[in-house]
Formats: sequence, structure tokens, C-alpha cells
Amino acid sequence: MNFDDTPEQSAFRARVRTWLDANAPKHLEPELRSAIGTGISGLKSVDPIEAAKAWQARKASAGYACPSWPREFGGGGHSAIERVIWQQEEGIFAQLSGIFSLGHGMCGPTLMAWANEEQKQRFIPPMVTGEEIWCQLFSEPCAGSDLAGLRTRAELAPDGSGDWIINGQKIWTSAAHVADHGLLIARSDPAVAKHKGLTMFFLDMKSPGVEVRPIRQANGHNGFNEVYFTDVRIPDAQRLGAPGQGWEVSLTTLMNERMTIGATIVTGFDQIFSLVCAMEGENGPLVEDRAVRSKLASWAVRDSGLKYTSMRAISAIARGEIPGPENSIGKLVAASLHQEIATFALDLQGEAGILTNPDLSAAKGQFQAMIMRSPAMRIEGGTDEILRNIIAERVLGLPGDIRVDKNVPFNQIEG
Amino acid sequence: MNFEFSAEQLQLRDTARRFLADKCPPAAARAVLDGKVDHDAALWQGLAEMGFLGVTIPEAYGGLGLGHLELCVLAEEMGRTLAPVPFSSSVYLATELLLSAGSETQKQHWLPRLASGSAIGTLAHAEATGAVSNGSLTTHLEHGRLYGQKLPVPDGEIADFAVVTAQEGDDLSLFLLDLSGAGVTREAVSTIDPSRRHARIAFSGASAEPLGERGNAIAQISAVQDRAAVLFAFEQLGGADRALEMARDYALERKAFGRQIGSFQAIKHLLANMYVAATLARSNCYYGAWALSTEAPELPVAAASARISATQAYQLCAKDAIEVHGGMGFTWEFDCHLHYRRSNLLALALGSLSLWEDRLIDALRQSQAA
Ligand SMILES: Cc1cc2nc3c(=O)[nH]c(=O)nc-3n(C[C@H](O)[C@H](O)[C@H](O)COP(=O)(O)OP(=O)(O)OC[C@H]3O[C@@H](n4cnc5c(N)ncnc54)[C@H](O)[C@@H]3O)c2cc1C
Repeated sequence: MNFDDTPEQSAFRARVRTWLDANAPKHLEPELRSAIGTGISGLKSVDPIEAAKAWQARKASAGYACPSWPREFGGGGHSAIERVIWQQEEGIFAQLSGIFSLGHGMCGPTLMAWANEEQKQRFIPPMVTGEEIWCQLFSEPCAGSDLAGLRTRAELAPDGSGDWIINGQKIWTSAAHVADHGLLIARSDPAVAKHKGLTMFFLDMKSPGVEVRPIRQANGHNGFNEVYFTDVRIPDAQRLGAPGQGWEVSLTTLMNERMTIGATIVTGFDQIFSLVCAMEGENGPLVEDRAVRSKLASWAVRDSGLKYTSMRAISAIARGEIPGPENSIGKLVAASLHQEIATFALDLQGEAGILTNPDLSAAKGQFQAMIMRSPAMRIEGGTDEILRNIIAERVLGLPGDIRVDKNVPFNQIEG
Repeated sequence: MNFEFSAEQLQLRDTARRFLADKCPPAAARAVLDGKVDHDAALWQGLAEMGFLGVTIPEAYGGLGLGHLELCVLAEEMGRTLAPVPFSSSVYLATELLLSAGSETQKQHWLPRLASGSAIGTLAHAEATGAVSNGSLTTHLEHGRLYGQKLPVPDGEIADFAVVTAQEGDDLSLFLLDLSGAGVTREAVSTIDPSRRHARIAFSGASAEPLGERGNAIAQISAVQDRAAVLFAFEQLGGADRALEMARDYALERKAFGRQIGSFQAIKHLLANMYVAATLARSNCYYGAWALSTEAPELPVAAASARISATQAYQLCAKDAIEVHGGMGFTWEFDCHLHYRRSNLLALALGSLSLWEDRLIDALRQSQAA
């Protein structure tokens, strides 16, 4: 057991450090640190999208944007372990690239697996450099956890052109208001069972008939949107996979997920620990308080548990293996940690805990921002309950839920 | 980077798992639980023959001279199988104390015996409720002889010798004591987990020799507790995994309302939470194993993290395993209570959860200040 780099890895790490030292936007670091859990929308001193794009372009010029993607598409051509080393070193600056995360985590790998050569050449490089932003058009008002229940229709154009006509509505689409392209899943055949009648496309978000309406989030930010489709025409060439194969295409990225584990999980523990260490309680330093210690300790071990769980996965990657299922706990554990830590941090601040103004609030209002963002983390990308179902079924081998709509043609499902 | 046990260590785990599956079925722990025997002597002898009792003892003293990673691997298997033997007392505590504080003569005398299983050692530290500090102990040295009482002492009835913490004037020192000598009385005490026996030991003028320097007890015990915390954590981890497996298997087998109970989400989510806790504990344990085996300065943080995380995981898995088993889980006949008992014993065996929480926060502050 060791945490040592091989000579090649340590040479790579040294190169990354030198490069970061010369190129990272260090002036944004304090702001990024105090915006934990709120991503770039916490940036106040600069335009967040411009800052994100600038950092992405700079990384791309050195092969560090999408480090493990092939060079021919603008990636760095680095190994999986080098990608992890990059992430470890990039650290807090990775927060800047959140706006690209659905593109890089989901849309890019899907294109790489299912698009034709010409399309990959056209669309992947600008995704890497951040010139073009992608969004994921999956969830709908009636289809979130039960994604396969989606209703947005894809019908062949009556003019015989082979084009598809899209009608319907997506919702919760992060970054749709700034996105250039979207990955869209729609129902092409309502007469078959719900997982079978879906087809995947990608489209230009400026296509006629696409209307993006921002939704104001509970924390007041504008991160996600509604997207309406009215007779939107998509050329058949922008179909990914066969008609009816959409569900399978959507799973491509799930396969990738285990390999793209995050090397840095931010739980908020470091922040609460610093806050407590700096505070005085009624009977001396707050950190001496028994009840406070007990909470801190149980968060500390969840934080370190996650950190070393990803270390285990990273060493599997370093050995050229696929990591085991243990990383499936990451978001589930981190999301509740965020919420508990933020709640406690406010409590420590007493009646002043309600203050959000960074100049008036302890720790620059970061915990107030965190408490307001944390409910989303338990929902986005799979709710706590869905993640527990997945662990129970895929990891522990328990039976799937009873599905009353199984094998029923979609257009005969009630409700 | 390689944050995983080596192929040889994993092979050792397989060997130990096969050996224990054969020699240490649940009936073994039950025999001690029911008071038929005070420990499984045949298993103890078998472990000695496999070399498992002397894993970390240098070859010069009759051990295998392997490292602590190997011992971690074994500890996990002992925990899985609820092994009713004085492994933790003799190997994690007595052996470690001798290795770190023993004189050459003491090592020469006891280590080969510990490795061969012909002697059992233990640590007699606690006296009653509360943490031990200088001045808090009644056990003391007077004219070179020990007086006082220790309670509870793990494996106190069957141990051949004990390392004892005692007041020596104003100092707290360690002593090594042959428990078969005059002035020692021992009596079994009943505990929440009778599958691992504990005793009350009274000293009335027992002769004892110093172990290490005068006044060294707090430092030595604290260092050994950090090391032992990692090993106990692996035992707890093994137990947690086993309790989770038992619950999972039962959830697949038992039917209610015309379906497997494992198809109910309430049950699935209990099991998923057990998996999460056990996974966090495993990763913290690995970090502890790394720190222990490399004598890293991070050991105090790593040991306390492993200990807390594994205590939480084992207690959660053991209690919810009973819940998943329903009424059957609360019978003497089913093995669920063996893990429930053991999880609550091990949670206290090396000091309570709150003591380890204190140690973790202190260590984190120190590492932050550094
Ligand atoms: C901040 C944010 C950003 C998002 N970004 C995107 C995006 O970019 N693109 C996109 O497509 N989507 C996005 N989403 C949508 C997200 O994926 C869904 O909100 C999520 O999958 C839950 O779906 P839902 O909102 O329809 O809730 P529902 O599925 O209606 O769930 C409601 C409640 O029912 C529970 N529930 C549902 N099914 C089950 C079950 N089988 N077992 C147990 N409990 C169940 C859920 O756990 C939840 O508690 C985003 C969401 C958020 C909050």
C-alpha cells in the first residue's frame, strides 16, 4: 500500500504543477473557495461564463481540457491515471468548469460512441475548448426519476425528407440558456413499451421552434430552464443510434461513469472545521465543546471515507482495472453532508446565522449559500432514493421494484 | 499509487478465510457464549500453527516477521467469523506493548510463547467507568508489589500474563505481571458479549516487573491504542460486512405479502445504508492500514478515523440486520445477536466512541497547526 507516484506519474504531476503555477486564474481562488457548493454562480467579481470559457480555452491549449480524450478531437490523449492526477492538481479551479460538466461527462462520450466521424470532428473539439456549451435535454415534467416515461415526441417529417419533427417540453435543463447544442431524448414510438420507443438526437439550440425559459431556482439563481419544442426539425443525420435505441444510447455514459470518478469531492468538512476552530463558545474555544466535537468527528470520517474510497478507485485505474461499485456512494454521502454541515454552521452563528451579506455574515456567507443550494444536490443526477435503489439492486443484488407499467405499450399506461 | 492490499496479502486473506470457514463456524462463538468453554482452544492452536499469532513478531523471536498489513487482513477475517479467541488481547495489545516497550529479556521470554500460542497476554487498563488518566487509578505499586483492581480485563481469566497500568508514586507506569503468581485473584464477569470473556482481576501484593521506563504508561498506551485501533477497526469491518451479507441473504429468501422482503424499498434502503457505512469504514480502514504499516505521522488521524467509522458501521449493520430478520432476528437461535453483541463490545473495547472522537479532533487540530 502506498500513495506514491511512479516516476512517469510524478514527472507528469510536476509538469502539471508548473503549468498550473503559471496559468491558473489564482485571483479567483478565494472567491471559488468561499463559493463551495454553489459552483460558478457564486462568482461575483467576474462574468462567470466568461471566466469559465477563458479557463477552459487555456487548459485546452495545453491538452488539459478533457485530458484523457483523444488528441484528434482536441483532448490531451493522456491516460486515465494522468487525468486523475490532473484533477487532483487542478483542485479548486475545476469548480470553474461546472458549466461544461454535462457536455464533458455525458454528451461528449455519447457522441464519441454513437456519432459519425465527420460529426465528431465538427462537434467535439469546440466542446473541449469551451467555445460551445452543451446541455442535456432528458428530464420532463412527467419524467424525472422515471426518465423512460418521457413524452416529448419525435415523428418523421411528413415531407419524406427523413427529418424528425420534435414537439414537447423538457425541464430542469441546466445551462440551456447558454447552451449551443443539446443532447435530446424523445419518444419515437408510443405503441411499444416505454423503454423501447425512445430515440436519441443532438440539435442546435438555435433551431427554429426551440424556446428556452429560465426557471428561477429556490436559491434565487438561474441554473436550470424549461425548454419547449414546437415543430423543431432535426435532420436524420443527427440521430444517435437506431430509432428505438435511445435508452441504450443514454446508458453509454453510465458505463463511462465508473472510469470518470471525481478525484476531488467537496463535502464542506474543511470549511466547517475552519469555522469551528476560529469560534469561541460560552466556555472557551468552541472546538473544545463535546457536542460540537462529536458532530465534527462523524463528518470528518464521512469526508475521509469518501476521499479514500476514490483513492481505491484511482488505484484500480492505475492498475488498468475498472473500479468496483463502491464509488456509487459518493454523491449520496456528499449531498447530505453538505446539507447537515450548512445547517449546523448556521446554528453556530446564532441569530446572525440568517445573514447572507458576505460583509456581515461569518465566513462570507458561504454556509448560507450552501444551505440554500444543498437540497438540489440530493436531487440532481438521481435522487437519494433512486441512488439507494441502485445500490440495493446493482450492488447488493436485491430485486427490482415492481413495475406496473412493465411491458405495457407506452400509450396504454394510465396516469 | 496503490491503495489496495497486494496480491500476496489478498492470498493470505483467502487462506485465512478458508481456514476460519472450516475451523470457526458460528457454533464456535456459541460454545463460548453458552459458557461451555472459555475460549476455543483448538482454534487458538490452529491459528498458532498457521503462524497467524506471530505475524508481526520478528523471526528472531519465533514469529513470521511480516508487516501490519498482513495483520489487518487477518483481523478482518477474525471479525467476520466472530472468532472466540484472545486474538486482540494477545496480538494487538500484549504483543504490540512488548515490541514497543519490552526489555530484551522480556521479549526473549514472552514473544516466542505468544507466537506459538503457548502463552496468552492481555492489557489490564480500565478500572471502572471513565477514561484513565494519571491519578485516576487505584491500582498502584507499593514496596515493589501491586495492589488494586482492574475491571473489565479482556481474556483476564485465561491470560498467562498481563500488562498493567498502575500508579507508581506520582507517575503512571506499565508493569508486566505473571497472572499465575501469588497475590492475583481473577473472577469472570458477565458482559453484553459472553462470546468473548472478561474478568475482574484483583492484586493484593502481586509481584510485577516494570515494562519500559517509569512514568511511560500514558505515552505507551496511547501509541499502542492508535495501532490497535486500526486492527480493531478491521475486525469491526469484517463483522459489519458479514452482518450485511446475512441481512441481504435473508432479504432474498424471506417472503411476505407474496414477494421477497428484499423487494420492499424500506428494506432495500436499510441495506443500501448499511453498504454505504461499510464502504466508508473500509476506505477509512485502508487509510489506517497504510498509516500503521508505514509508521506515518498521520497515524493518529487515520487510526481514529478508521476506529470511528468502523464502530459506526458495525453497530449500524448489526442492529439493522436484526431488523431485517424480523422476529427471527431476536431469537437466541439466529446468529444476528452474536454480531449485535460483538458490535457493542468492540465499540467500547478500546475506549468509547466519544473518546475516539476527542482523539480525532485533537489530532486534526494538531495536523492543521503543523
Ligand atoms: C439543480 C438541478 C439540475 C438539473 N439538471 C438537469 C439537466 O441538466 N438535465 C436533465 O435532464 N435533468 C436535470 N435535472 C433533473 C433531475 O435529473 C431530476 O430532477 C431528478 O432525476 C428527479 O426527477 P423529478 O424532479 O421528476 O422528481 P420525481 O422523479 O418526481 O421524484 C419525486 C420524489 O419521488 C421519489 N421517487 C421517484 N421515483 C422513485 C422510486 N422508484 N423509488 C423511490 N422514490 C422515488 C424521488 O426520490 C423524489 O423524492 C436537474 C435537477 C436539479 C435539481
